[in-house]
Amino acid sequence: MATKGERILEVRDLVKHFPLTQGIVMKRQIGAIKAVDGVSFDLDRGETLGIVGESGCGKSTLAKVLMALERPTSGSVMINGKDIAKARGAELKRMRRNIQMVMQDPYTSLNPRMTVGDIIGEPYDIHTEVAPKGDRARKVQELLEVVGLNPDHINRYPHQFSGGQRQRIGIARGLALQPEVIVCDEPVSALDVSIQAQVINLLERLQNEFNLAYIFIAHDLSVVRHISDRVAVMYLGKVVEIGNDVDIYDKPAHPYAQALLSAVPVPDPEGREQRERIILQGDPPSPANPPSGCRFRTRCWKAQEICATEEPLLQIRPGTTHESACHFAETHDVVHVN
Amino acid sequence: MSDMPQAGPVPQDTQTLTTDEKATASPPPAGGRKKAARSASLWSDAWYDLRRRPMFIFSLILIAILLVMSFWPSLFTSINPFDARTCELSTARQGPSSGHPFGRDSLGCDVFARTIYGAKNSIIIGVTTTVITALVGGLLGLIAGARGGLTDTITSRVTEVFFAIPSILGALLITATFRDASLGIWLVVIALSILAWPMTFRIMRAAVLTARGQDFVLAARALGASQARVMFKHLLPNAVAPVIVVATINLGGFIAAEAALSFLGVGVQSPDISWGLMIADARNRFLEAPLPLVFPAVFLSVTVLAFIMLGDAVRDALDPKLR
Repeated sequence: MATKGERILEVRDLVKHFPLTQGIVMKRQIGAIKAVDGVSFDLDRGETLGIVGESGCGKSTLAKVLMALERPTSGSVMINGKDIAKARGAELKRMRRNIQMVMQDPYTSLNPRMTVGDIIGEPYDIHTEVAPKGDRARKVQELLEVVGLNPDHINRYPHQFSGGQRQRIGIARGLALQPEVIVCDEPVSALDVSIQAQVINLLERLQNEFNLAYIFIAHDLSVVRHISDRVAVMYLGKVVEIGNDVDIYDKPAHPYAQALLSAVPVPDPEGREQRERIILQGDPPSPANPPSGCRFRTRCWKAQEICATEEPLLQIRPGTTHESACHFAETHDVVHVN
Repeated sequence: MSDMPQAGPVPQDTQTLTTDEKATASPPPAGGRKKAARSASLWSDAWYDLRRRPMFIFSLILIAILLVMSFWPSLFTSINPFDARTCELSTARQGPSSGHPFGRDSLGCDVFARTIYGAKNSIIIGVTTTVITALVGGLLGLIAGARGGLTDTITSRVTEVFFAIPSILGALLITATFRDASLGIWLVVIALSILAWPMTFRIMRAAVLTARGQDFVLAARALGASQARVMFKHLLPNAVAPVIVVATINLGGFIAAEAALSFLGVGVQSPDISWGLMIADARNRFLEAPLPLVFPAVFLSVTVLAFIMLGDAVRDALDPKLR
């Protein structure tokens, strides 16, 4: 196993636009939904990058592009130096062994008409070179054991399991090919809180065991903080702030990140009173027609003229410790806890 | 348990043994792993389940009887209805009598023998048309639904053209045009199949579109599954149920449609026999002599019922939640 810290995933200027067309026979493009619009980040082996943002900010589209389930409009996704976004056919299939996914909804992500053995064994049926045929049943049972399920349940069907157990099956399927990167697209948001903790702990244990790198997409900031080494905050298809978890949570620099953090429920009643609440006005603008300059300016209390004319770049701003995309970035602890 | 006091200790022991086994199987990871007794899959589980369904066994027995009746009708009746000497015009529309349990038809022929001999044409037409429409419509629907885009647009427009043909008129046209090709009842099968497959196509396509939107299809693609694997492993098992139901219900419709064609002078013609033809013949005199219509109609209904039960049993067996 390679050492921790080696760069494994490099995402550069990733753009995914979904064309809006008009007409039935002669389709004419009249615009585009800018779901992901220029996202760049790196991921090291054994590291977890959390991606947070509200609904519709492009988190899941980003996941699909990383998984090569959608072709990006432009930009690159380099895995171990090779661009998965440009790979085709056999090469793409081989690259998929390095990046796997855990999906959000454990109720629809498992084929109801396949046994657990077939679901977890499917990666071996597709990538026949990974495990010799006679070995597969044993490997599947090992995987079930790794994720904390009874290996004897290999012949059961998904509906015979609870939500948390199903998510474990999904994780086992993701692990089967021994990938280096696992994209977790809201892996716990469909589970109730006690089960969430079990699944998160399982993911952490597996990370240590197999030196996995995670892209952890979620809208639950506390969960993301718990598992992530670094966190990226997305707004309307762009990363507005990225940094290590302590920086983002205790010293957020971008107004949107501050607003987002101020909405995190604080279980401690005393802490709750100390905390500031920043309540944003309005809804996020349409990704088909984003505002000029800074995309957050329509809802930002700091917005000035420059925000409409000049797009703020993601860079380390004076007085801050990490990259943020705001002309007026300044660190401000909103949570005031610890 | 209490109603088997004389069972003795031996079966009691095996009883406790199996429950123990279940108990040790349920708690999560045990130290020593047992090898799974058999490696299950959807189809093997469905087959295992089917063999234990009374409805499946019953429908299979019925279908077996009907098939034997189709191919060896002389096992069931000593009268050969193709022999004109067995008909007596003077006894036309006579009720049941000894040797003629179903009575006689308007030409004085034995209804029972004709019903038995008519099974062959009716069942061949019903079953082969059903199989052809299910396979052609199902496969095209699967491809159109799974691939989408241009493939879907083209096949969907083509099926709409077929949908626009009025069924009896279309079948009449096809059978009349190729009348001289001497295809016999296969001409009816071809005509009905050409007109009926768009229905199966649409049902399959709709079911595939529903299944395609689910995450497990995305998960399979993320694993690098080929188009064929996604189609046959993921989409087909999750979309086949409505097609099975409609196909088995249509089977009776095809047998009836054959009757309509015979009535219009194409399809099976006298002196050949089919249930549809018998029903059409007996229809005019139904009030005076209902039996020549009732008996073939009952056989037709039983045939349709047998296939519907078979289809239902297969559909249920393919749904793990219903097992």
